[in-house]
Amino acid sequence: MKLTHIDTHAVFRFILFCLVIILPMQSTAAPIATVGQIKIQREDAALLLNELITAKSTVDKINLINLIANSNLPQRVAVLEALQSGDLYYTKKAKQLVYAHSHADGYSAVAVIGNEDLGVVGSRAVRKISINNELRTVLRGVLAEISLRSENTAERLQAAKNLVRSPAAEFLPAIERALVMESDAKVIEALKLAAAMVNLNSDEQVLRLEAIESFRGSLDSDAMSLLAAMQLTDSDGNYLEPDDLVRESAAAVLKQMRSEAKIYKLIENTFFGLSLGSVLLLTAVGLAITFGVMGVINMAHGEMMMLGAYTTYVIQLLMPNYIDYSIIVAIPAAFMVSGLVGIVIERGIIRHLYGRPLETLLATFGVSLILQQAVRSIFSPLNKSVTAPSWLSGSLEINGALSLTYNRLYIIAFSLIVLLLLVFLLKKTFVGLQMRAVTQNRAMANSMGIRTGWVDALTFGLGSGIAGIAGVALSQLTNVGPNLGQSYIIDSFMVVVFGGVGNLFGTFFAAMSLGVANKFLEPFAGAVLAKIFVLVFIILFIQWRPRGLFALKGRSVED
Amino acid sequence: MLNTKIFERSAIGRLLLADKAGSYLLMVLFAAMVLVPLCNLLMPEGSFLHIPTYIVVLLGKYLCYALLALALDLIWGYCGILSLGHGAFFALGGYVMGMHLMRQIGERGVYGNADLPDFMVFLNWTELPWYWYGFDSFFFSMFMVALVPAALAFVFGWLAFRSRVTGVYLSIITQAMTYALLLAFFRNDMGFGGNNGLTDFKDILGFNLQSDVTRCVLFALSALSVMLAYILCRAIVSSKYGRVLVAIRDAESRTRFMGYRVEHFKLFVFVVSAILAGIAGALYVPQVGIINPGEFGPINSIEIVIWVAIGGRGTLFGAVIGAVAVNYAKTYFTGAFPEVWLFMLGALFVISTLYLPKGIVGVVKQLQDRRAERNAPTSQGAQS
Repeated sequence: MKLTHIDTHAVFRFILFCLVIILPMQSTAAPIATVGQIKIQREDAALLLNELITAKSTVDKINLINLIANSNLPQRVAVLEALQSGDLYYTKKAKQLVYAHSHADGYSAVAVIGNEDLGVVGSRAVRKISINNELRTVLRGVLAEISLRSENTAERLQAAKNLVRSPAAEFLPAIERALVMESDAKVIEALKLAAAMVNLNSDEQVLRLEAIESFRGSLDSDAMSLLAAMQLTDSDGNYLEPDDLVRESAAAVLKQMRSEAKIYKLIENTFFGLSLGSVLLLTAVGLAITFGVMGVINMAHGEMMMLGAYTTYVIQLLMPNYIDYSIIVAIPAAFMVSGLVGIVIERGIIRHLYGRPLETLLATFGVSLILQQAVRSIFSPLNKSVTAPSWLSGSLEINGALSLTYNRLYIIAFSLIVLLLLVFLLKKTFVGLQMRAVTQNRAMANSMGIRTGWVDALTFGLGSGIAGIAGVALSQLTNVGPNLGQSYIIDSFMVVVFGGVGNLFGTFFAAMSLGVANKFLEPFAGAVLAKIFVLVFIILFIQWRPRGLFALKGRSVED
Repeated sequence: MLNTKIFERSAIGRLLLADKAGSYLLMVLFAAMVLVPLCNLLMPEGSFLHIPTYIVVLLGKYLCYALLALALDLIWGYCGILSLGHGAFFALGGYVMGMHLMRQIGERGVYGNADLPDFMVFLNWTELPWYWYGFDSFFFSMFMVALVPAALAFVFGWLAFRSRVTGVYLSIITQAMTYALLLAFFRNDMGFGGNNGLTDFKDILGFNLQSDVTRCVLFALSALSVMLAYILCRAIVSSKYGRVLVAIRDAESRTRFMGYRVEHFKLFVFVVSAILAGIAGALYVPQVGIINPGEFGPINSIEIVIWVAIGGRGTLFGAVIGAVAVNYAKTYFTGAFPEVWLFMLGALFVISTLYLPKGIVGVVKQLQDRRAERNAPTSQGAQS
């Protein structure tokens, strides 16, 4: 037995020796990948990996590492990573390669081949596969190359981006080989950036100038900080970068990059502001109907949103296998639930209080407390989480400095659709005509045969239903809890009052401008202070235009 | 004989003789002011008449709320200004008092720093911010208790009334005001203790805040303040000036067209109301022992409106009754049925606005009128 073992061992060593001679030639002459992966049988795999135990010299180990990297072994990445982090050991007795992690009683070991869990072994039963800095450098390059050759484009892109973040000379051959193979434009761009980052540290002026030039147009923040570092001086006033030509060209490129980044930052801020404004618009547009059109101060408006959010949650519970579609079902469902509750409130309470806005405020506040407590009793006071459908996650990457997340894009589109539908309903349909007639002159509308009570209920239901839809959107952004509505009610009132009561366009404009203003103030003042500024601004603004930005013109006097 | 004549001729005497319910209220308050401390301090523990200290504190709290409700009724009931941010003035008065009490802690804080309150040491501040200067002095602090809310009310009211922001709009921006203050006081950078607020007070004017005697004195002071505030408010609303306020409430534009400077009348009464609210806050803080930004919460301010609405708007004594009644109910229900309290409170709002537009006082009056009606025909019948 022992003899045969030695025999196979010897044969394998011979094969290995041949490969070791060929391999370095190939890796310099042509990309490794073109050689194709070395097909290795199961038993050979064990032998190849076990070579790590016997290989003593650094050169042997480097060759072994290259062999393993180019093999089709399933565990190659795991082995190399373990080797790099110093977690690769072998058992002294059985000469078995294991992953080991330190444990209170020695090491917890898992066999590399077969993944068999060996449990905890004594610290003397295993020995570490030793590694030095040279090997670490090689391993980094090899691991980077493996990930650069992944089948998955996203993984390749991630690998390239990692290289940009930690450029080192040992990656350059891998990057150049990958550039030849690569077909995806984004990965190529990232790879070029990575190569430039490496070349920036080279000794040749031409290479460095080329690298700097290639940064032009890219908006990578690491590249920018590298270029900025070149402009610094030490305590004696000497530049840290001795080469004047390199430094000056770096300054020029940096200036251009910064001005471009500034523009994109502006676009990004505007985008954030618009998405915040869309949330405000959604929460306020229902109020613009109940408060703006009907003159009812509905303090329970926030709770209508809360009901919408809980409807989303319940729908998701009802169709757990179709999370992606549940939100589409939830929109009409939330509209119905909140709308019906709204109609009940209107018929039961608000109907008796028309013309007494302050009393309405108190009564609806009472309703809001009851609804909150009802939800607390039914669903528990804890926040519920609503899973976001998969098509809402992710982001649209425009370039290095600007990426727009899908959920923000969708919410902007969604709020605009809701607003347009509402405008259409009010301006182009018969029901809308009746609603406008009743709000303009109730007595006249009544004498023309419009059932004003019915129209009131419908209008209030519409406003509440839209609040329910806003609740569906909010369930994707924040936690669904009994206090969900309260945190938005003041903001929504501000938007409606700022925009001008009874004017949907005013509400739209107010929501968007407040959203953008908030986002632009945030970097200077912080989120809380920005909000305070906006509130104070609105308080002052009301002094200037007591009827809002786009007040309806008319000759009516309040008394 | 002579005494009653002097009383009848004096301004206050005339006021109270015309206001029967108000004089009953003052009598009850006076009795409470004298009896509650006596029952707490003199009666032996376990005696039937002994009032435990926690009840004294609770009653003192109710009286602070009553003062706050009185302040709101003055502007809402008599001038139609529905402030949904009156809690802000209350909290500001409370914070001023809290600042004074913080300075009184001195070296006895957790960090033992004589110059800085604990939370500033915790935030690694090295010196006292300028706006904390002077709060070591009791009299300066008491002056600020009135001045700070008054200044905010003056600026806010001057802006709002001058540009004729009325009704719902005014309510909403007062709510925005208290919300902005809530957010501001939550910030640690403001120098008012951030989220935790001001607490851990030790003594006031050298008297230990935990002792029964101090608590009884604070209770008596609260009762006295409510009484004085009631008389002040009554004097305002029954004067000629008060008539104009009611005119503004009922028809603002017409009053303006008759030549009254509506905004001046409103501003004056708004500032007076804010000062009363500030005093209520200043009395509240030493009794409960803490003031934090939660007092600025918009909900708190709306609750004040509810007290007034349930007690009876535009009667002054109704506000006091409402504040005590609702808060007693709150204490009872949050203890006995915490689940039910919000349902109760919500239903109270709805019912009081739908069916009791004049509050508890209105219901009592209706019953009295009905009895008077029932009695009236019989007496007529007897005559004929």
